[in-house]
Amino acid sequence: MTDATVQGGAPAPRGSIHSIDARTAKRNRAEKRFRTYGKIAIGIGLFFLVVLFASIIRSGAPAFTRTVVDVPFTLTQTQYEEAEGTLFKTKAYSDFFIAALDNQLREQGVEAEFDADTIERLLGKVGSTIREYYRANENQLGEEVSFSLATSSRVDGYLTGRVTRESMTDSRFLMAADLDLVDRLVEGEIITSEFNWPFITGADSGVDNPGGAGIGASVVGSFFMMLVVLFLSLPIGVAASIYLEEFAVQNRFTDLIEVNISNLAAVPSIVFGILGLAVFIQFMHLPQSAPLVGGLVLTLMTLPTIIISTRASLKAVPPSIREAALGIGASKMQTVFHHVLPLAMPGILTGTIIGLAQALGETAPLLLIGMVGFVARGYPDGFLQGFVEPNSAMPAQIYTWAARADVAFYDKAWGGIIILLIFLMIMNIVAVVLRRRFERRW
Amino acid sequence: MMKDNIDTKVGVDAMETKFNCRDVQVYYADNHAIKDVNVDILDKTVTAFIGPSGCGKSTFLRSLNRMNDTIPICRVEGDILLDGEDINDAKVDPVQLRAKVGMVFQKPNPFPKSIYDNIAYGPRIHGLARNKAELDEIVEKSLRRGAIWDEVKDRLDAPGTGLSGGQQQRLCIARAVATEPEVLLMDEPCSALDPIATAQVEELIDELKANYSVVIVTHSMQQAARVSQKTAFFHLGNLVEYDDTNEIFTNPRDQRTESYITGRIG
Amino acid sequence: MMSDQHIASAFDRDLEACQALVMKMGGLVEEAIRASGKALKSRDVEEAEQVRRGDKQIDELEEMINTQCATLLALRQPAARDLRTVLSVMKIGGNLERIGDYAKNIAKRTEVLAQMQPIEGTSSAIRRMTKEVESMLSDALDAYIRRDATAANEVRHRDLEIDQMYNALFREFLTFMMEDPRNITACMHLHFIAKNIERMGDHVTSIADQVIYLATGEMPEESRPKSNTEIYQMDGGDGSDEADE
Repeated sequence: MTDATVQGGAPAPRGSIHSIDARTAKRNRAEKRFRTYGKIAIGIGLFFLVVLFASIIRSGAPAFTRTVVDVPFTLTQTQYEEAEGTLFKTKAYSDFFIAALDNQLREQGVEAEFDADTIERLLGKVGSTIREYYRANENQLGEEVSFSLATSSRVDGYLTGRVTRESMTDSRFLMAADLDLVDRLVEGEIITSEFNWPFITGADSGVDNPGGAGIGASVVGSFFMMLVVLFLSLPIGVAASIYLEEFAVQNRFTDLIEVNISNLAAVPSIVFGILGLAVFIQFMHLPQSAPLVGGLVLTLMTLPTIIISTRASLKAVPPSIREAALGIGASKMQTVFHHVLPLAMPGILTGTIIGLAQALGETAPLLLIGMVGFVARGYPDGFLQGFVEPNSAMPAQIYTWAARADVAFYDKAWGGIIILLIFLMIMNIVAVVLRRRFERRW
Repeated sequence: MMKDNIDTKVGVDAMETKFNCRDVQVYYADNHAIKDVNVDILDKTVTAFIGPSGCGKSTFLRSLNRMNDTIPICRVEGDILLDGEDINDAKVDPVQLRAKVGMVFQKPNPFPKSIYDNIAYGPRIHGLARNKAELDEIVEKSLRRGAIWDEVKDRLDAPGTGLSGGQQQRLCIARAVATEPEVLLMDEPCSALDPIATAQVEELIDELKANYSVVIVTHSMQQAARVSQKTAFFHLGNLVEYDDTNEIFTNPRDQRTESYITGRIG
Repeated sequence: MMSDQHIASAFDRDLEACQALVMKMGGLVEEAIRASGKALKSRDVEEAEQVRRGDKQIDELEEMINTQCATLLALRQPAARDLRTVLSVMKIGGNLERIGDYAKNIAKRTEVLAQMQPIEGTSSAIRRMTKEVESMLSDALDAYIRRDATAANEVRHRDLEIDQMYNALFREFLTFMMEDPRNITACMHLHFIAKNIERMGDHVTSIADQVIYLATGEMPEESRPKSNTEIYQMDGGDGSDEADE
């Protein structure tokens, strides 16, 4: 080594640096090509993202509007008593409505022929709606009330062009002839569009009423599930990771545990579903379709993700910080809780939120534990009941709608996806904000 | 020249022994990293460990406050007596030992907290202050001993990581001093610092020796020569030579020491 | 185990360059001693003049050695053996320069003596002295090259002979001066010459000391046999009081 001398003597002169030699030019071209590939790849990705979002928004947007028929309506005390006196009370109210609508159309100078069946096909059971309103608000008798009655989803479809006279076969839901009346109503500006609040706040409806279906109840279901996941998987996952990363001795047993955690993260979610069905419902007899059980299953699924990301962020804390703390006589636990954990916090939180977001979008295990229940009753009675009362979850609800025969539920499914994506986006934004907030430089 | 030699020898020997190491062996799994090291480290003296990379000097330093405990495959044998007490005794809690034997590391590693909290952390966990006023006092005293008080007294709430490299290292020394140790171990404390910061830290080490036994591992032989009174030369896990620093640097006994300090291959 | 070469080979080159200068200087000084002795014996003013002129080169070499050593100390921060090498090079350079000065002084006095009546028998005794000093210097420099402490120690002991020769000459000069006061001027000059040669011996001893320090890391104990000092009662001096120790 000491007698090493420079081999080969002085280098040959390399020529002017003002002219680019062939080798350099070749390398520069290669670099340029590579950059172009990168741009193309990103371009393709962006293109598909735009297409995806465009199609989701285009398909989902109709779910957020609904068409209503606005009819000014006055019911006198006499008419009320008269209607209450008849045998078919709702029929009487329906007749009053038809008269009012007829009147309205005539005022607008539109001629139309229709009967009670047509009205029922277009607007549902109008009579009972009106009757319930007046029974609840008797003081409104004699006053003019404007009823906004939601039209059947097929009318929505007709107005948005999804349903045409040609594509429509006469059914008990809607007949081609009914569309004449719709045209008249449009002409008379009696049918209008408005934002579909019931879709956001309401519960699922029956298979024959796509228009009335709402996602609100399943949002609540998902919320309770996420609570369960958060409060179980975060402490368990973080505690397990800290123990494995900082305290556990390295031996075959811990190696085995590590391998299994990695494997668990790759287990298909449906497996967790069937496990949940067998253990939580069949063995432990927890209530079916309850967010508690859904949350437990999703917790099992999320744990590996949280453990892996937590361990990664614990590993990323520079050893110098541990040494510093140990060097001034902090105990192992003080070192971990005073110094390592706060530094790993942004990573842990991000991992947790990503895990939660995954769980939020998970469908398969929910299907197996019956969280696709039709929740006619809507919202749970109280906070604690929210965990145990049957409910649905957003992705399961979307799946249910998509699986229904009636194409009108398609809009609802797309709309549900938009809501789901908004929630995921909010969670990701929270993750970014938390990371920024907790991130400290060292 | 010879006269000076004799004088310092007498002066150093008059100090009492802090660490008494007998037949110390350190193993990393099957690797015998430290072999039969016998050394007496004196109080109120700066002792330098020098040697080529991988010679075991850092390993030996870390076994003096049982920092090697954090490495599962590491095993220490032999007696290391601190004031006559075996530090590897089953009764010894390493946490308590480390409060007595502080350590400063190669890379300045302040906690990502305020300057005040960096210093106050040790006294807090060891319960050295009963109230805020006492803690304030300890912080100021430690920062003064770390020769950094004047530079940071107006910004104690600023993050310690915002200081310059040299200031960070002095902050770390101040932090180590804050727990009132009796021995300060320094593992290449200046290797990440520029010459001015190095000079400041060296000056600080020279001041610290009045109250502490300082053991410093360094790659810079010049630094060992400048700051230490005793020098130990490690080579391939052996303590080759341990003597007064001026002896080691003018007239080493062992050929390996000579080869190393004169920049030949050893 | 010990390798003789530094990892930085430029360090080796610098150290060797310094030592080469010392050897060159040593050669010149040996020649100056020899020539000054010869000139004295043969009363050769021409040769004496040459010795005087040659001293300039020796002085310049010493200057060069000092500069190079200073550079080496500043740039390489030598330790242990390297440090001792540099220190000894500087000291030996200084010693050689002093020996060169004494040779020059002898040459000067030779020019004066050439005008005077020669003193019987003394010049060959002085010639023997110069030859002995010259050989001591040559041996000391050999020992330096070989880092040979034993050889250097032998050289140190040979200084005793020089001292004894000087003492003999001293008595002789006293006799001559007492016999005939007209001899006083020449004898005084010759005495100074003998004294100069004796001092050269001391400087050579100092060089040998440096060799021992270089080789062992320790300066030799003061165990060198001294000739008895009784005869100095008149001038009260110790033959080695100006040696570097």
